[in-house]
Amino acid sequence: MTASTGVRPDGAPDDTAPEPATQAADERAAASGAGGWRALVWQPVMLAAAVLAFVVWRLAADLSETESRQLGWSALSRSIVEHLQLTAVSAVIVLVIAIPLGVLLTRGAMRRFSPLIIGVANTGQAAPAIGLLVLLAAWVGFGFRTAVIGLVVYAALPVLRNTIVGIQGVDARLVEAGRGMGMSALAVLLRVELPLAVPVLLAGVRTALVLLVGTATLATFINGGGLGVLITTGINLSLDALLISGAVLVALLALAIDWLGRVVEHVARPRGL
Amino acid sequence: MSETLPSEAQPAPPTAAEPGRDDRNISGVPIRLDGVTKRYPGQDVPAVDDVTLEIAAGETVMFVGPSGCGKTTLLKMINRLIEPTGGRIHLGDEDVTDQDPDRLRRRIGYVIQAGGLFPHMTVATNIGLVPKMLKWDDARVAARVDELLDLVGLDPDQYRDRYPRELSGGQQQRVGVARALAADPPVLLMDEPFGAVDPITRQRLQDELIRIQEELGKTIVFVTHDFDEAVKLGDRIVVFDVGARVVQYDTPERILADPAEEYVADFVGAGATLKQLTLTRVGDVDLLQPTTATVGSDAAAAVAAAQAAGDDYVVVLDRRGRPISWPTLAELTRSPTIPDTVDERLPVVGMRSTLNDALDTMLAASQGGVVVTGRRESLAGVMAVETVMAAIQRTRSGAAG
Repeated sequence: MTASTGVRPDGAPDDTAPEPATQAADERAAASGAGGWRALVWQPVMLAAAVLAFVVWRLAADLSETESRQLGWSALSRSIVEHLQLTAVSAVIVLVIAIPLGVLLTRGAMRRFSPLIIGVANTGQAAPAIGLLVLLAAWVGFGFRTAVIGLVVYAALPVLRNTIVGIQGVDARLVEAGRGMGMSALAVLLRVELPLAVPVLLAGVRTALVLLVGTATLATFINGGGLGVLITTGINLSLDALLISGAVLVALLALAIDWLGRVVEHVARPRGL
Repeated sequence: MSETLPSEAQPAPPTAAEPGRDDRNISGVPIRLDGVTKRYPGQDVPAVDDVTLEIAAGETVMFVGPSGCGKTTLLKMINRLIEPTGGRIHLGDEDVTDQDPDRLRRRIGYVIQAGGLFPHMTVATNIGLVPKMLKWDDARVAARVDELLDLVGLDPDQYRDRYPRELSGGQQQRVGVARALAADPPVLLMDEPFGAVDPITRQRLQDELIRIQEELGKTIVFVTHDFDEAVKLGDRIVVFDVGARVVQYDTPERILADPAEEYVADFVGAGATLKQLTLTRVGDVDLLQPTTATVGSDAAAAVAAAQAAGDDYVVVLDRRGRPISWPTLAELTRSPTIPDTVDERLPVVGMRSTLNDALDTMLAASQGGVVVTGRRESLAGVMAVETVMAAIQRTRSGAAG
């Protein structure tokens, strides 16, 4: 340091860079966004290929009479539609019940009931689905309605739990900031807590949907229809073509629903997160 | 510092304004806490025990004290995020203890650590929240957002539509302050707002807050655990002990010179000589006037001017008069014109920074001086480390004599 003024710059390391805008973060986010889309594009491509393979096999296969009746296009599409109906109706009921209940269980005094309700929901899911359905059938009667009730009980847990976890995961300081600036409790819920809980909440919904598609195969045992019919018939009559077709179609349906769920998650995810 | 008034444990009588500050624009209202108490169920000792405090309009009052002393609880009782179990709270002439809390809070700005910005809303949406709640029309909200971004030193065109994630910590904090000021509330509550940013950024934010407060004259209540911050920002400081007992309520100068109790002296710290550096602003000392040169002008002329003045460096200004680098004469002779390179590590402080800040900045940059900027970041001068040393010498001899 020269004596004259003592204020000359020297080659010191940089500690005082003025706050840089986080451009790096932008780029990272953009990259991960593109990666997300790539995965979303791959899944339906694979699905389409699998469906195509099934159709080609179905046209070329040498089938017995029973098999071709069950795998005829009209019978097959009826089974698929039934299966989707079971799934969709149960899913709607699950959403209508579990999301508001989950929200309620994060509010003030209700908070202490959340372990209890989660426990009950856990039990519901831990109970073997087949046992649950059969018991319900013995109690409520056979048919579509009973199958839906059983499926709802079974699939409510992931939605309920993710709603609660998603809302609890919102930074408490943000809730306080919202209240501190004069937002009502309802406004904070609708404008801050729920939007920020959306990613976790939708992941729960997707899990529930995939569970429903799989579990709906059991509806056949209580006369609820669906793709399970193919599988049970296949087992009972030792018709492997039926059994495998049923299983493959259920798996493809589950993957398709999973993909739809991911697309919705991607689109509904609030910007800025 | 030589005043020898009897030490006061009770709040000092609030005067409307300090002498010499009568010309200040004051848009704040006084706050009066009257026997405010917070008792949590199941706890023997109240968290806040019967606090009576008057805060004058337009003053910045700092709440300091050890963690758990109840200073934050007391702050949050002013906007009733925590409901007091006893006592009355007045804002201006109004008793707000039983007012609808949501409507009360829209009249009180609230700033928390890291700004508390909502990550899923743009900067503009965040700032516009309270005006929207107050049913301002869109055009008025948009105009207000731009005005506030300008006020906190962020270019509206650049930042309006960004998300908080795309901002640095310091920028988020600025937006947090802008949001709190959105509906022009008379009172601003700040809960350790600058606790999460690095020291250099914190110092800039503090300077900005002082500038904004000089412009607006709000009544600010500011909780901090950093006594230097309290001395720098506060018109008055309240030192709390457990149960939010007010140990001393006075100006920073008086608290440093004349701590009311052993407790305050301990809290203020033994290095009180250096604390005095926090009381002197950069704008209060004589600055060196360096040789300057504007970007693009003839380098040889600048070198000649510097040599004539006996300087061995030149402060380079951009076309708006803001310092961007300070090359040595040797560096300058290498190019025919003054280069426009911005030196990212150029140590800069504002006129409102304290000598303490200036010393910090020098140390952080390993340099023997800092460039001082005044209005609109234009050059005000250069301060050498010797100036800080001289100030320390003066306080030392003042304390001895």
